[in-house]
Amino acid sequence: MQDEPTPTELTKAVADFLRDDIAPTLSGHNAFKLRVAINMLDLVTRQLTLEQGSDAAEALRLHRLLGMGGSLMELNRALADKIAGGEMDLQTPGLAEHLWQTTMDKLAVDQPGYAAYKRELGRGA
Amino acid sequence: MIEDGLSRSVRAWYPGATGVTAATKLSGGASQETWSFEIVHPSGNLGAILRRAPKGYGAAPTRAAGLAAEARLMQLAYEAGVPSPRVLHVLEPEDDLGTGFIMARVEGETIARKILRDAEFASARPKLARQLGQIAATIHGLPRAKLPELRRLTATAEIGQLAREYQSLNWPKPVFELALRWLTDHDPGPPQQEMLVHGDFRHGNLIIGSDGVRAVLDWELAHLGDPMEDLGWICVNSWRFGEIDKPVGGFGPREELFAGYEEAGRKVDADRVKFYEVMGTLRWGVMCGGMMQRFRLGPDHSMERAMIGRRASETEIDLLRLLAPRGT
Repeated sequence: MQDEPTPTELTKAVADFLRDDIAPTLSGHNAFKLRVAINMLDLVTRQLTLEQGSDAAEALRLHRLLGMGGSLMELNRALADKIAGGEMDLQTPGLAEHLWQTTMDKLAVDQPGYAAYKRELGRGA
Repeated sequence: MIEDGLSRSVRAWYPGATGVTAATKLSGGASQETWSFEIVHPSGNLGAILRRAPKGYGAAPTRAAGLAAEARLMQLAYEAGVPSPRVLHVLEPEDDLGTGFIMARVEGETIARKILRDAEFASARPKLARQLGQIAATIHGLPRAKLPELRRLTATAEIGQLAREYQSLNWPKPVFELALRWLTDHDPGPPQQEMLVHGDFRHGNLIIGSDGVRAVLDWELAHLGDPMEDLGWICVNSWRFGEIDKPVGGFGPREELFAGYEEAGRKVDADRVKFYEVMGTLRWGVMCGGMMQRFRLGPDHSMERAMIGRRASETEIDLLRLLAPRGT
């Protein structure tokens, strides 16, 4: 087991430093690049925080939907193949709910400010 | 120095011009560059734009219409009354500047977030959905006989192309599979009449001022095909920049786009528009993945390229909202 602080805390500390202390001193193209860099670190922090829980729930849903085990990559490939082949579609019980939940969990990490995500978050499942 | 070459060029074809000044590179990939400069003239300078493939980069990428075709289309659009920059000069070998063309610079804004938020554009915004419909109709009506040689594209071919591009990313995305399947099942077939399609009719390629659209740019993806593709593409949620209840570029409802289009004497097929909106949403998602790959494999190892890979999920939620909407 590695020691503290956790990767989440370390990444967040760097992002906060860049945001609070460095960003105000820059302008123009460098300020823009720094904003992108901060966004990247924030994304990594969100992923480190959320990924374990959402991956476990996704694997469980896929296991139930497909009736098979495997890594998340293997399960997603299997689901993709079944949709491509027409074996599963939106009429398949649980598929729409699964795709919605998985997508919402991606957006929570990638772009939590995306307007369509915020709208759907308010709607609930 | 590009200013030396441009000065030599403008003196040859612009009567009274003494040279150029203030040349600035606006954008540049490996094969295509855009420069802004001033043509110096005793009766007042003229703002101009050079679009060119530098020497040695003559061959156009497969999807592109080519710079000579772009210049021709821009000229035809201008003559037909589409807000469009005037083409001043098509480069010739004696210009020694590569291939491309020079056009008059049109003042205005292309950045969507500014156009959708800034007070300067407040009076233009409510009119834009309708105006874009009128402009699209004029573009689609450009006389076939005068068009340059262009690719032909059918929905079926485009679905196949998208599927291959998605598969080449080698990263399973069940929502993209669902969209590909939906597209195949809803392929509308060839249009009644094949027409000129702009191919990239959206924010970023429109110069907008306080008075409305001032220019349609970037004919790089122009082709012959289903005109409804342009109407679907401009409704893709990725170009609404947060104004998600105003499908037409964040400006207004589809009904206004359609009304503007039909005012100009052309018919809208709303089902085909929806088909192309779904296809456009998927296309942008696949493009995000492609740009991320160029970050991973290619010369452009920038943070922006990396981050765009994480925007593919935006198109996944947009696709689900289109194909599997949840109750209110």
